[in-house]
Amino acid sequence: MKTDLPQGTLDLLILKIVALGPVHGYAIAQRLQQVSRDVVQVPQGSLYPALHRLENRGLLVADWKDTDRGREAKFYRLTRKGRAQLETESASWQRLSQAVGLILKLSEGAE
Amino acid sequence: MSWWSRVWHRRRLEHQLHKELQFHVDQYTADLIDRGLDPIEAERRARLEFGGVEQIKEQCRDARGTRWFDDLVLDVRYTLRSLRKRAGFAAVAIGTVALGVGAATVMFTVVNGVLLKPLAYADPSRLVALHEETAYSTQFGNTWAFAYPNYLDCRSDVRALALTAWRVGGGIVSGSGDPEYAPGFQISSNLFAVLGVRLDRGRAFLDEEDRPGGAPVAIISHRLWQRRYAAHPGIIGERLVLDGTSYSIVGVTPDGFQLAGDGDVFTPLGQAPPAQLRNRGLHPGIRVWGRLQVDASLRDAQAQLTVVGRRLAEQYRDSNERRTFVASPLRPDVGNVSSTLWLLFGAVFLVLLIACANVASLLLARAVARHRELTLRAALGAGRGRLFRQCFTESAMLAVIGGALGVLLAAVAVQPFIALWPGELPRAEQVQLDWHVLLFALVLSLVSSVLFGLAPALRAPARQLEHVLRSSGRTVRGSSRALHNAFVVSEVALAIVLLVSAGALGRTLIRLSSLDPGVNRQNVLVTRMALSPATLIDPARTRATWNDVLERARHVPGVQAAAIVDTVPMRPGNNQLGYWTSGNLPPSNQQPIALATSVSKEYAKVMGLSLSAGRFFDEHDGPTSIPVVIIDDVLARTAFSDANPVGRKMWIPNLGEGPFEIVGVVGHVRHWGLASDDQSTVRAQIYYPFAQLPDRFVRRWSELMSIAVRTSVPPLNVVETLRHELRGSTGDQVLYEVRTLDQLASNSLARARFLLMLFGVFAGVALGLACIGIYGVLSFLTNERVPEIGARMAIGANAGQVLRLVVGQSLRVIATGLAAGTLAALAAGRLLEQQIDGMRATEPSTLGAMIAVLVAAAMLATYIPARRASRLDVMTALRQD
Repeated sequence: MKTDLPQGTLDLLILKIVALGPVHGYAIAQRLQQVSRDVVQVPQGSLYPALHRLENRGLLVADWKDTDRGREAKFYRLTRKGRAQLETESASWQRLSQAVGLILKLSEGAE
Repeated sequence: MSWWSRVWHRRRLEHQLHKELQFHVDQYTADLIDRGLDPIEAERRARLEFGGVEQIKEQCRDARGTRWFDDLVLDVRYTLRSLRKRAGFAAVAIGTVALGVGAATVMFTVVNGVLLKPLAYADPSRLVALHEETAYSTQFGNTWAFAYPNYLDCRSDVRALALTAWRVGGGIVSGSGDPEYAPGFQISSNLFAVLGVRLDRGRAFLDEEDRPGGAPVAIISHRLWQRRYAAHPGIIGERLVLDGTSYSIVGVTPDGFQLAGDGDVFTPLGQAPPAQLRNRGLHPGIRVWGRLQVDASLRDAQAQLTVVGRRLAEQYRDSNERRTFVASPLRPDVGNVSSTLWLLFGAVFLVLLIACANVASLLLARAVARHRELTLRAALGAGRGRLFRQCFTESAMLAVIGGALGVLLAAVAVQPFIALWPGELPRAEQVQLDWHVLLFALVLSLVSSVLFGLAPALRAPARQLEHVLRSSGRTVRGSSRALHNAFVVSEVALAIVLLVSAGALGRTLIRLSSLDPGVNRQNVLVTRMALSPATLIDPARTRATWNDVLERARHVPGVQAAAIVDTVPMRPGNNQLGYWTSGNLPPSNQQPIALATSVSKEYAKVMGLSLSAGRFFDEHDGPTSIPVVIIDDVLARTAFSDANPVGRKMWIPNLGEGPFEIVGVVGHVRHWGLASDDQSTVRAQIYYPFAQLPDRFVRRWSELMSIAVRTSVPPLNVVETLRHELRGSTGDQVLYEVRTLDQLASNSLARARFLLMLFGVFAGVALGLACIGIYGVLSFLTNERVPEIGARMAIGANAGQVLRLVVGQSLRVIATGLAAGTLAALAAGRLLEQQIDGMRATEPSTLGAMIAVLVAAAMLATYIPARRASRLDVMTALRQD
């Protein structure tokens, strides 16, 4: 089964992946697919507007470096601001999903 | 990366974006090949899963936040290209904007310099002006200049203010070089410190010099130093002889320093005659200014002034009862110039509006012509907002280019404008193009661009694209025809306002010029004269000197008669005295007021006064004979109604105890000038012989006297001989402010004449612009109707009918404009009536004449397109679609 990504969560996922270390756009797309075991479906191209938006907001910075295969690629890193943003957003995401989970359990019990 | 660097590095960012996306696709393709896919299939899948590259690029560009700027650059380039292609259109539009903005900018530059700029002192917003105010009013109102002791008390007791004082001084500068009259001021020692002005060289007065018996010291202006002392570097310590007293120069003011006008010599106020400075009941023209102390507000200052005022009112009941002190922010004193400037500003604004209407109709015509192009763009996906912005970019560019040219125009035109100003424009030195003016021109241009860009932009297509694309695009929709007509209506209306105003001003000027001033203005020379200071000490000697002066003047070749007089008709300056016709005098503030003029016996002959009863003064009216006066017919009518006043008595308490016998009645003289006399509150006139002036007044009067001579030759020809003859035995008597009576009469109309000239120019420009506008709109509308006209002609309409059709269409629009404009013109007439002396309500004949002018011009503009339409070849016209 494939699910559409909830609004705003793409940014969170990107920040989380970039937090693991400098990475280029293609690798982010690969990792998104692998980690979510293909549950999360993102058209590969739509990653880039999101990346550029985060870059322009100062949450990410990018440098051009060579890959292992010797091609030049744009590697994104998290800024301090980006890390702070990641922490607040993942915290609020967890609060939200816990709350949603609780509500779902409740309604089951009521039946 | 900041917004600016993102704009700046646009090209590099584009390149990187392409490289980044390409890397992704390539890498994915390589991975798919690694997984065993065929290379061609691998690339196809990679591209498919990646999505539309161009859309993604667009989204990435949006994320940059510089999109609107990129669009702007595109629009500007596009506009420049299209303007270059239609150079004629561009030139007319830009020229019209330049004219409108240029005229408005000239006016604003002057308004800004004269009315809006703060005074040229340090931190002028902290400066205040003080005056005395009484709870009661006399005929002179209830505000007063300061009494010196009151000033001293305020200065020591009001903590919130640093106070300083000055009054008009000046006099005859002699010593080295020719004696000359120099304007000047008497000032407190702290004046320059309070104003925050640093002297160019030397020092300000010391406190111990600012009191009776202080060392005679003077400060001179930069101007006088340059002119009279040839900028001599060792000027400090040099001697300056002012009114016969020798002063030591201690300082020079900075270039351009002004205190209520130019002053060349400054002396300590505290050295003025003690009789004037010690008397709390005297208000010898002393002005008090102050600077708010740090932390103090105007309200604090006022509160403290009120306390001091109350204390002094109790302490000195005779002089200070019901009298208090009032502070107000110090503003430049520019007299009645401001109403003239605002009137002109209003007129210029109308011209600008006409210019905007013109450009708007041009742009609208173009928008109609480009309708299909715009529709095509909309069909290709351009949003309505985007098209709207493109239209505005175009009008804004026209406005900015036109505005820039307008500023250049203004830069060239401001100085000639000031030179044309009647008399001296106050604060003219402040009139410069500065950033206020540039900002004004920019805002004006942008506002205009909104005015004339709105109509075309609102036409940006949104609906029924297909329908428009399929149609021929040659029909003008009703709404845009109505808009076009609205432009013509407003242009005609605005033009008629200016035309009627100019016409009414012209009528007024003609009427005023033909008024009888009450004097014979031909061949009379009037000049102020300063006697040698030595002769002023003794009244008998002063009188003898005046007699000698008149005797010498009479013998100058070309002079027929000579007289002395204190206040001259149509020249600023007057003496208003209360009078009564019986010995039972009411209190002074209930006495009627008349203009009193002190003259010598030949005055009536010099001025050409008309004697209607009795006699003029003669040599028998001396200090020992009975006091006599002559009145004018206005006073005769108001005070004595029908009875013959000759032989009757009148009382003038400020001139002497006893009654004065009326020995003659003369015609009224328009003392306040041709334009203003009828509206003045004080018009009645009394003449009294200088020979009978009480001794105590002789000195003061002699300081103010002018001499007037009637000549048989052009009056200015006798000036040099007169000047030479009247130098006196010590050579220090001077003539200054030399004028002919004719000049004074004509100057009294200068303001009306100046307004007429400019309103005339503006009206001419307005008429021209309106005609161009009518011509443009009509050509366009007629052009759009070519197929229709062709059809009409094909079914039998002849040339005359077509002509009537087109002219009729134009006439209806012009008539609407005339109706609206006439109402506005009558309103404008009321405004002029209030602002300009001697102006009367707009006569119907003026209105009619000006409407005729406009209709004639409009018909000319209509005729050309109408005639062209009537000569259409039917076949070509029909084939055009």
